Amino acid sequence: MIRRTLAVAVKELLQLKRDPRSTLSLLGVPIVLLLIYGFALSFDVHHIRLAVIDQDGTQAARDLSQAFLESGYFDLVYQGTDPRPLDHLLDDGRAQAAVVIPYRYGADLENGRPTTVQFVLDGSDSQMATTILGYARQIVTSISPTLRLRGAEGPVAPLPLVWYNPDLASSRFLVPGLVAFILMITTVIATSLSVVREKERGTMESLRATPLVAIELLLGKTLPYLLLASASAAGSLLLANILFAVPIHGSLLWLGAVTLLFLLGGLGWGVFISTLADSQQVAFQMSLLSTMLPTLVLSGFVFPISSMPRAVQLITHIIPARYYLVALRGIVLKGVGPEYWWGQAVSLGVFAVLMLTLAMVRTIRSL
Amino acid sequence: MSDVVVVRADRLTRKFGDFTAVDRVSFAVDRGEVFGFLGSNGAGKTTTIRMLCGLLAPTAGSASVDGFDVATQAAEIKRRVGYMSQKFSLYGDLTVAENLRFWGGTYGLFGTRMRDRLRWAVATAELEQQRDLLVRDLPGGYRQRLALVAALLHDPPVIFLDEPTGGVDPAARRRFWDLIDEQAENGKTVFVTTHYMDEAERCHRVALMHAGRLIGLDTVEALKRVFPAGSVVEIACSQTARALSAVQAMPEVRDVSLFGDRLHAVLDSSDALDSVRDRLDERGFGPVDARPILPSLEDVFIHAIRQAELNGGADSHVAVGTARGTA
Repeated sequence: MIRRTLAVAVKELLQLKRDPRSTLSLLGVPIVLLLIYGFALSFDVHHIRLAVIDQDGTQAARDLSQAFLESGYFDLVYQGTDPRPLDHLLDDGRAQAAVVIPYRYGADLENGRPTTVQFVLDGSDSQMATTILGYARQIVTSISPTLRLRGAEGPVAPLPLVWYNPDLASSRFLVPGLVAFILMITTVIATSLSVVREKERGTMESLRATPLVAIELLLGKTLPYLLLASASAAGSLLLANILFAVPIHGSLLWLGAVTLLFLLGGLGWGVFISTLADSQQVAFQMSLLSTMLPTLVLSGFVFPISSMPRAVQLITHIIPARYYLVALRGIVLKGVGPEYWWGQAVSLGVFAVLMLTLAMVRTIRSL
Repeated sequence: MSDVVVVRADRLTRKFGDFTAVDRVSFAVDRGEVFGFLGSNGAGKTTTIRMLCGLLAPTAGSASVDGFDVATQAAEIKRRVGYMSQKFSLYGDLTVAENLRFWGGTYGLFGTRMRDRLRWAVATAELEQQRDLLVRDLPGGYRQRLALVAALLHDPPVIFLDEPTGGVDPAARRRFWDLIDEQAENGKTVFVTTHYMDEAERCHRVALMHAGRLIGLDTVEALKRVFPAGSVVEIACSQTARALSAVQAMPEVRDVSLFGDRLHAVLDSSDALDSVRDRLDERGFGPVDARPILPSLEDVFIHAIRQAELNGGADSHVAVGTARGTA
């Protein structure tokens, strides 16, 4: 049994060697994706065009506007004392945000009275507006605990303290998700194509006539891709570490174990697709459709699951990347052990077993 | 006799939904025999072979290969047969040696035995020079020989070849058949499907298949004896297509068909030749040249199909010749 499995695996590796283009794309595409997404997919907002309307003109008011500019997030595009041009500035997009410091600002502060500054935002891009508002709060709170932004809740000034990702760099949050995304897509596509190719070329019929049984064929076919996908996963994490300073706080062993579970599920899924599709093209499309969108949208990679509608939240339970992401972020960013993510690992294990069984049953039936 | 029978089918049947691909086919093939399966596309040849290789379960009837039942002992059978499928079954992106090593590996070959068998295969297929060439760069005839030896790596007593010479030039086909004969001489049982008549002539016995049924089974010689001596004639005349229906209408003509620009007719007896010639002349199909010929296997085959169609639903699944070893 081991010999026959090995024969298939060696053949598969030889074919990979003969086809450097697909091998490279299997290894290289994840890296390119990582670079593209890593650099482009950032929720950090810089160079926010800020207008300052200083109706007060005191030193305290200047300190406040200076604090905004020194934060590094804002670029000053307009400074004045009259609030009327504000409409135009925001309408034509010359400014994305504006701070309006009222007349009594300096005096109120001196007299120890609570005071307010107005922060005006272009809310047409709500994601960006939320981020900018977050920055503004942070700045205002940092210069004086007694200052409040209009619309901020409660008299108690927030004292933010962010763990694991102190400067809230989104790359640290996104890169683990990206690794999951890339692994899922490449394993599913690569395995489904490699099995369907045998069907398309007619070699499957000859394989069926040999004493090779389903499990040997599946193992032999998936092992090389498991190897390749693991290499690509390790490469992605290493690159993320070097380029985006994504730390790996947790144990590499646990990281490997959880990743293996995740990969096994993906391989099973790929083989399952190959039993449904008759051409490489169909297999490719099925693989892409069933992995890319769900992993991108429903796994918590980009959009938080907790803010999804109830029905959609239920669907996310069948997306393996959802579990992998939680465990991965836990291990990589928090450095926590299995006691924090064993539930996720169990879910991944269940998914892997289900998928591999399904793949096996379908393969036996079609074999 | 049962100890030399290697492949036996008994009323073997396979249905796909309402369609009966193989209909109550019975035969027995002896050790060392080259057994031909002749029939047009869709006659049920491939379906029969797939059942005999343990790839497809019979719907009814039974079959055994080397003493193992195809329905219940498929795993045993797979170890004992070599199968060269209709589709090209080698990997074009692997070399000759890599392909052989892979197919040997799927049968669990390793070590010295693997090396010995590889050496044997390369020598038998005369591919020593091409060992390290990618298979996709080999000419068709070479690939066919390679596919054959790949199916023989595990030294099976029976080999099934499903239209092995499709798309190969005549010289390469002859060379391939020399290889088949060599295997049979070494005691292997060769079961081969074809729709080339000249290939069928090289088989020890030929089974004729049509629409899922066995309509004839015997040696080529015996199959041809179904026609009385001198009763198969070749007619050259003008307006051949119209002459065909004229000949068809003559009472002493059993059967007639178009062979290129000539007609082949089967007459009740050799005496009818003159009257057929004369009547064609009278009707203006002259000049008529009619002479007795040795029937070709194709004549036999076409005749057998006509007979089978005449018998329609009758339960005569062996219409021509004698089937050895059937129950």
